[in-house]
Formats: sequence, C-alpha cells, structure tokens
Amino acid sequence: MSEAATMERPARPKRQPKPRARATAESLSRQQRDISVSEFFAKNRHLLGFDNPRKALLTTVKEAVDNALDACEEAGTLPNIVVAIEELHAPALRANGDAQASKRSAAAAPSRYRVTIADNGPGIVRKQVEHIFGRLLYGSKFHRLKMSRGQQGIGISAAGMYGLLTTGRPMVIHTRPDARKRAHHIELAMNTKTNRAEVTVDRETDDFPIARLRDLSPGTRELAGRDELLAPEVFSTGTSVSIELEGKYQRGRGSVDEFLELTAIANPHARITFVPPAKGASAPDEEEPLLNDTKEASAPESDTQTAESEPPASITTLELPGVTVFPCGIDELPPETKEIQPHPRGIELGMLLQMLKDARQARENTSLYAFLQEQFSRVSAASAAALCKAIGVTSRSRVADIDHAAAERLFHELQTFKLPPPPTNCLAPIGVRQLLAGLLKGVKAEFYAASSRDPAVYRGRPFQIEAAIAYGGDLPRDEPARVIRFANRVPLQYQQSACSSFKAVVDTKWRNYDLQQPKGSAPIGPLVIMIHVASVWVPFTSESKEAIADYDEIRKEMKLALQECGRKLGTYLRKRAKMKREGERRDVFERYIGEISRSCEALTGAAAKEVYEALQRQAKRRTAMADQVLDDEGKVVKEEFDESVLIVEPTSSAQPEAAAAESVPGRSRAGGTAESDRAPAAKGQPAAPAPNRMKKGSTEKPGGKAERPRDAQASSATPKRAGKPNPRTHGRSSDSKPRGDSEGLFEDSGR
Amino acid sequence: MAKKTTTKSAPTSPRPNAWAQRDAKTARSLRDLADGVVKSSLAGREPKFDVPTRAASNTKWNKSRGILQMGPASNTRELFSLGQARSFMQTLLHAQSIQKLLQQGKTSSLRGMYYESKHTIAGTKESTFDEQAESDKILEDLEVTLGSLREELHIFADVRGGLVGNITFIDAGDEINARRMGSGGYQIPSIVEPEIIQFAKCDAEFVLHVEKGTVWRRFNEDRFWEKHKCIVTHGGGQPPRGVRRLLRRFHDELGLPIICLLDCDPWGHYIYSVIKQGSISLAFESERLAIPEAKFLGIRAKDYVQCELPEDVQIALNERDIARAKQIREYPWFRDHRGWQREIKQMLDNGFKMEVESLIKKDISYVTETYVPERLAAKDWLE
Repeated sequence: MSEAATMERPARPKRQPKPRARATAESLSRQQRDISVSEFFAKNRHLLGFDNPRKALLTTVKEAVDNALDACEEAGTLPNIVVAIEELHAPALRANGDAQASKRSAAAAPSRYRVTIADNGPGIVRKQVEHIFGRLLYGSKFHRLKMSRGQQGIGISAAGMYGLLTTGRPMVIHTRPDARKRAHHIELAMNTKTNRAEVTVDRETDDFPIARLRDLSPGTRELAGRDELLAPEVFSTGTSVSIELEGKYQRGRGSVDEFLELTAIANPHARITFVPPAKGASAPDEEEPLLNDTKEASAPESDTQTAESEPPASITTLELPGVTVFPCGIDELPPETKEIQPHPRGIELGMLLQMLKDARQARENTSLYAFLQEQFSRVSAASAAALCKAIGVTSRSRVADIDHAAAERLFHELQTFKLPPPPTNCLAPIGVRQLLAGLLKGVKAEFYAASSRDPAVYRGRPFQIEAAIAYGGDLPRDEPARVIRFANRVPLQYQQSACSSFKAVVDTKWRNYDLQQPKGSAPIGPLVIMIHVASVWVPFTSESKEAIADYDEIRKEMKLALQECGRKLGTYLRKRAKMKREGERRDVFERYIGEISRSCEALTGAAAKEVYEALQRQAKRRTAMADQVLDDEGKVVKEEFDESVLIVEPTSSAQPEAAAAESVPGRSRAGGTAESDRAPAAKGQPAAPAPNRMKKGSTEKPGGKAERPRDAQASSATPKRAGKPNPRTHGRSSDSKPRGDSEGLFEDSGR
Repeated sequence: MAKKTTTKSAPTSPRPNAWAQRDAKTARSLRDLADGVVKSSLAGREPKFDVPTRAASNTKWNKSRGILQMGPASNTRELFSLGQARSFMQTLLHAQSIQKLLQQGKTSSLRGMYYESKHTIAGTKESTFDEQAESDKILEDLEVTLGSLREELHIFADVRGGLVGNITFIDAGDEINARRMGSGGYQIPSIVEPEIIQFAKCDAEFVLHVEKGTVWRRFNEDRFWEKHKCIVTHGGGQPPRGVRRLLRRFHDELGLPIICLLDCDPWGHYIYSVIKQGSISLAFESERLAIPEAKFLGIRAKDYVQCELPEDVQIALNERDIARAKQIREYPWFRDHRGWQREIKQMLDNGFKMEVESLIKKDISYVTETYVPERLAAKDWLE
C-alpha cells in the first residue's frame, strides 16, 4: 500500500539537486505479491467484529452459535447448544495472588477467556475440519441461495484467528460425525500467510461431549446430575469448539448475555445453556460505553424496574447459580428451507456471462433453452422459449454460440420479462406466534402485536420481513423506543443507526398511531420494536454482519410490517384513550349527581336518594355504552383484536392467562387495509384461546405483573425427530426460584 | 362589583297582591323545572331542559316595532354531556337558592346569589361556582328558561344610576320628592316595577338622560331640571336594567320624551342603541326596557366645528374604536338611518371622539346653559 502511494506522488521539481531514485519498477516488483485473505482480515479484524475485547468475545460466541444452530437445523436436529465462558488467569496476575489487585486489573484490562460452544449437530467429517476452522472464506453457505445464519465462511475461522493472535493458543475442536465411532480431538492454528490450518494435535478421544463443562459451576453440576447438560444420548453426534482469546466479559447492552437472550427469542426451538465466567472473576457489570452504539437512540431498557421482588417472569428461562438455560420453547424445527437458483430479475450482466461460461465448460452442447430453465428459478419452458425468441436465437442455440452482444440482449430481456417472483420455500420466517411468544418472554408490556409480511424480492433474492412491537407496561415512558433487530434469526446488536431496519422505524409515521416522534428519530414511548429479516442472502453492510444494507425494497417491506403493527397499536391506544375519557366523563357526572339530586329534593320534595341512585345508574350505563361507540374513523371499535395481537391485563391479581396466537399466513399482500389487520383466525392453529381482555379505566397504571403465556412452551417431552430419546425435561420445579443475579435482557437486576 | 352579601329586606306590607302572584308563578316554574329532571331521572331518561339561546344569532331586529327581540332558538341543557354537566348542576343549584329567596320573601344581589350557591362538592376539590361571572350567566339562563324577570327571581343588580327632577313618587312605601335630593340625587334601584315604585306627582316635560354621574352632577348643581321642567337621570355608563326600566316607565306611563346626552364615541352610540332598542344579551327584556322613541341630543360629531371647540377636546379614535364604529354602523337599525350614517361617518372622518365633559372648555356651565337648551329649542337631535 505505502509503496503505491509513494509512487503516485508527483516528482520533485527538477531544480532540486541530485533527485534520489526512491524506487524503480524493478525494485517495486520484488515487493508486489498476493495478499492472503487471512492476512487482510488479521490486519482489519474490526471488519469482522473484533474491534475491542468485549465485542471480540461476543463475536466469537456469536459466530460459533450461528454455525451450531445452522448445523443442527440442516441435520434436522433440535439444537441443543452449550455456551461456556471460562476466565483464565494470566500467569502474571496469578503470581501476584492479591485478589483485590487481580480484580482491579481485571476491570481495567481485558482478561483471557476460554470460550467453548458445543452443539448436538451432525458433526464434521475429519478431513473438513482444517478447512472449516482453519481457513477464511471457506464454507458451504456462500455459493447457495438458501436461508441460513452464516453465509460468508469467515466467522468461526476468524474467531480462531483472533484467539491465536491474542493468546497464541490454538483452537480446540471436538467433533463426532458418527455416533458409533470415537470423537476427533483436533487442535489447529491458522497460518495467516497461507490461509491454511496447521494441525498441532490430532487424535481420537472419548471425551465428547467434554466432561469438563459439566463441572464449571454449581448450576452445571446440578444440571448434569439431572442429566440435563451435555447428556451423551443427546450429543451422540456433534461438535464443540474451544477458543482462547483476550476478551472482556461484561453484561448489558451488546453483551453475550443479551445475544443469547435475543437468540433464544428468535429461535424458540433451540435449547441454549449458558455458563458465564465464575462470579467475581468477571469485570463488574457497569455500563461502559461501547465503541459504536451506545449513543444511539436505543433506550437503556432498565430503569423502570426497581428492586421489587420479581416472581419468575417466565417459565422459559431457567436460572441456576452459574448457569442460565433458555429451554426449548417449541419441539418443532422451523420448516426446512430449500436452496434455490438465482432469479433472473436480480442478476447482473457479469454474473450472467460467468454463468454462461460455466455452463459451457460443464457441457459443451448445452442449449440456451435448457440453460435458462436449469440455472434460474421460475423460468418455465415457455418462458425460456420466449426469451430465446426475444433475443433472436432459436431454442436449439447452444450456450457456446451466445456471443457477448446476445448475452447483453438476454440480460436486458430478463430485466423486463414477466416472470413469477422467486419461490419462497427457501425462507423460514419465525412466525407471528413465535414472535409474540418471544417478546412476551423478554419484555414486560401490556400490548403486543406482530405482523409477518409476504415474501418479497430484492435483486432477485427473496426475503421476508416480520415485525413485532410491545407497548406499555414497565417499559420506560420518556425514552425512544428500543429496536431489536434480527437477520435470519441472528440478533444484530451493533450499528443500529446504520441499519435499514432502524431507518424503517424512523421513517414510519408513528404519530399516526398516537405516539410521539421527534423528527428524524425513533418514536418516544414505552415501546419495543422487533424486526426480523429472513432472506437467502441478507445484505449486510459489512463482514461483521451488524447492520442490514438499505435496499429500498427491504425498507419498504419493513415499513409496511411496522405500519401493520402500528395500526393495531393505534387502535388500541385510541381505544384506551377513549376509555380514559369515558372514565373521566363518569367522574364528572358522578360528581354532580349528588348536588343535582339534593337540589331536586329541595325543589320538588322527591327523595334525593332515589334520584341520586337513578342518575347514578344512568351515568354508569351511559359511560359503559361508550365502550362500543364509534372510533375516529367511524367504525365500531372491535372488542377483540385478531390473534396477532396480545393484550396483557396489567393487574397483579389477574389470573395467569394471556396467549400468543398465530396470525394468518398468506394474508393479502396489500396489507394496508384495516381488513387485513383483522383477518380471521386460521383454523386448526394450535393457539390457545386468546383472552384479549383490556383493563377498563385504569390501564394507565403500569407495574402489573402479567403472566407469561404457557402455550409457547411445548409440554410434550417426546422428540419429534431423529428417533432419539429426549432427555430434556423442563425444569418446572425450579421455575419458582427467584431470578438469579444474571441480568435479564430487558430488566435491570435492581442492584 | 359590590360585594353585597346581605339580603336586603324588602318590606312586604306595601306590596300589592300582584307581587305575590308573581312569586307563586315563579315558584311554580322552578318546581316544574326540577320536576322534569326528577321524572326523567326516575324513568331512566336523560334529564334535560331547554334554555333559550342568548346570542346574536338568536336576536331579531323587529323593524316595525323598532326593538331587538329574542328569536325562537334554544339550547338543550343535558346532564350527560361533558360540556353541559356542570352548568346543568349550577342551574339547579341556583333554582334552589331562588326558591329559598321566594320562601323568605327577600331579595339578593347577584354577588349574594353567587355565595349562596357556591360550595365545594363533597369529596372533591371542585367548587360549584368558581367566579361570579359563571353564576351571573346561569341566572340569566334561568330568567329566560323560566320566562321570569330578574325581579321576579328576587335578584337585584348593584345599584348604579341616579335621578333628580320634577317628580314625586313612592318607593317601597316611602314618598320620594325628587326635587329635594340634595347634591347626591336619588339612587335608582335595581327593581323599579310598579309594585315597588308608584309615580305620584310629575311636573316634568321630558327626561334628560346623561351618560355619567359627573355630567349629571353638573346638571343638578345648575338646577337644570328646575329651569327646564325635566327629570335628569344617569346610568353610570351603560345603564343597568333598573335605569332603563324606569326610563321606559317615565316614557310609557307619564308620556315623557327621553333625550340622551352621551359621548361622541362608539360606546356612547351603543348606549343610545341599547336604550332605544335593547341589547343582544337582554333581547328577551326589550319588550319592557326598549324605548324606540328615545332621542340622541349629543355630543355630535359636528359640534367640534359648530361649538368652536379647541383642539384639546380631541381624543384620537384608536383601532378598536374604529372597528366598533364600523360594526355599529352596520346594525340594521342604524344602517337604514341616514342621519346616523352621516353622524358615524363624520366621527370617523374627524378621527377623534369627544366627551360631554369636554364642553367645559367653553365654560363650566356651557352644557347646561347653552348647549342643551339651544339644541332642545332647535329640536336638533338624532332619532
């Protein structure tokens, strides 16, 4: 780089005596060489999300968890993932021995951690291990069009590389691809010069799943005793990865804890066990400014929840000393996604030329007619023939005979040719019911709504947007709404303001839904907004996958989804405001009725009490009537919302009931009409009856503790897949324990 | 507002039976009002009653009779309406207070009524009446709703306006010789109905009504009423109902012409207008208050030149004055009156207004000795 810069600098004026030749083409050529991709990323590790120790720890966990979930889902296994972070004392600190000093330096400087992620996926064939973990840009997901979490083939190897760079320790991989055979134990270090792994240890082992992980904390020992942690039956195949790295463990926004909690929301079918570093060893949990994001609009979610003693907020999260379990919420994998061919609409000319070239090389005699049908999705025989005709070749013409000009004609033709949109079975949205269940679990609010858009297309790639909102309850009232973002079920925790989803939130006119919204910012109010993008190729703004690129099509769909949620919220808020007005009206009437009845008695001799009671009855009746009166648009406000809405009655005495419900799949694409908001419930959905009740009058009162729905929690203990026995039992007995010291995602621990 | 909280005792003996009849009628209509509320309450219907609308929109100019009258429109006052609930309650509270006055045979001031009906509503911090204006409005509503005069509700306004002149009358049984009123004159009471005031001996040939007490005092001091055989009254600015009613009775019962001496400004013009054809807010009272034959003697816009007044008397018209003058010019009873159109135009052209007192620039008694006698002799007035 610097050489090139030197060369381009203008030559010095000639008058300068003895211009020294600094470099010649010859000498430069000796320095010019390939840059290995690993070298590049080793220098630019911030591109991959390793910019600071805290984020490095998060990125490592994130990449490994993403891979684990992908692997399990592809194999058709319900993911059971264990994440363990162990703090390793640096030798110098340990020698010091002073716990106080150790603690101080631990807070000041990053510490060394060993991150281990184990899954019950299919395992990895021995000969692939080096490539998967030891090379950047190597993977199965880059070349296909299919929805998955990982897509670039960078993440886990980059994490290993970062570990190697900061600690010099190799990556340790245990994998058992065959349940009948022993597991492999491999240790490898990446050679950044060659972008190849160097295997230092390669042996077979019986230590899978790794026994050490069962003995990390009292909680893990308890779980293991109940056979609920790394049970050998569950982990008959699988992989575990251990990386040692310099990092910093700190809870709060942008933390590993938040990541796992959000992941659990978006992946209700996965069981995730998290073993944080042992207490006292970790840095104190103060909120320290993160590099990128803290100044952004997202609200610190906590303040409203004070030290009131919380009953267990949900039966889904299980807290034990030194371990947190996000149990499996649904014993059903998301529908398997199909890999698709590119859609002609999204293709670029260069790509088309390359495809033609590839096809020619693969088979000399391939006809264009066949090529179009095979290599693209949604091109039928009739369309292929029409396309051939349109560019002036016959159906018989061979790909080899298509010259550049014809290819260009074909390209232009493809842009306008009428074709069905890409198939959508490549997408697996979270689903409205799961979205609601996830939000309900994480956010204490009084109103929840979710919407799932129909799949749409950007650059020929299908994508689907889902949105959900939670309003009211204990959420902070005077702060901007919190936006939580997911892409292919992976939480995005950084670079919020660069993200298309956040822009969509800002673009949406929340004032139409009775919320405050300063110009150019997120709405203000007790609101959490959740947006999920599912796509075969999520366009991230950078390799670290922190923000979604701002494609018009994507932003538009996001806005439509948000508007759908917003309309429901608006209806609810208006209704609530109306009820409040009615309450005030009743107050006014009741205040005057006493005076009036006394005056009437004085004037006519009629018994004041009788008049009073008669008028009181009338006041009640009249203000009650208003519950059904017309809304601002002249329509009767429906007592019941459809099932994509959930209202939690904010009273502590309320019976535990509230329900998540499935909305109707495939509602009209327009989606903009009120009718589609109120689509009838899908028949046969396993949704529990949703008691969409509202608390009349006093809905302003926050602070009620709503019961979380139980229907999202599958009660079945029988696995549906793989014929394996399911050792997982839901720890209901321990549910009643108060939440431990581990901080909930949306709540302050009250310290 | 005078804080007159004591009820003035009205002697019952000199009252003829006619007043008792009025009381009985008032009590009946109060009872009917409340009965309606009770009946509909017990029947589960919404309690309500109609209050005739007291607004410009419901005021009709009766050209043939030359007075303002109230139209037929009325507003429904409902209990179960957020905007009306409070005034509904207040109306009934005042009805109760009035009934009490009737029973005790006493009268009360507007201020007294305000205190009578004002209290904190049990269990709240809200007061039934926050200020007197609220209460006054409700009382006027009751007048029109019940079709009763304020006097019939036993309510009087604070006393404003005075009288002196060639007349003797009986007021609440006491003989009043208005020729012997000293320098202060006779205070015209709020209630001047025949039940209270009966005329005895009258030597006056006309009534001169002046705008303010200060001017009236000049006329009294100069004993104008003696020389010119008249009665001199004033209304302290906009004359209250008692003064207007008394002027009307002088006019109707004694056949005395009413001649007004008011300032040359839009407010003076409006006072004349109210005396002549009634006011918008009291259109329902025009029948017994308005005097269509009343005359406007001055001050006239032309007087600045005609009386050779010095520049010092000019008070520049401000924007509000001009707007008001233009508004008055458009009143139906002025619009078709060429004399008035000229008068207002000339005032606007002058660009200034003049007060009666400004005539003092000529001489302290110029107004009593020269101005008014000359104009009267010349019949130089506007009608």
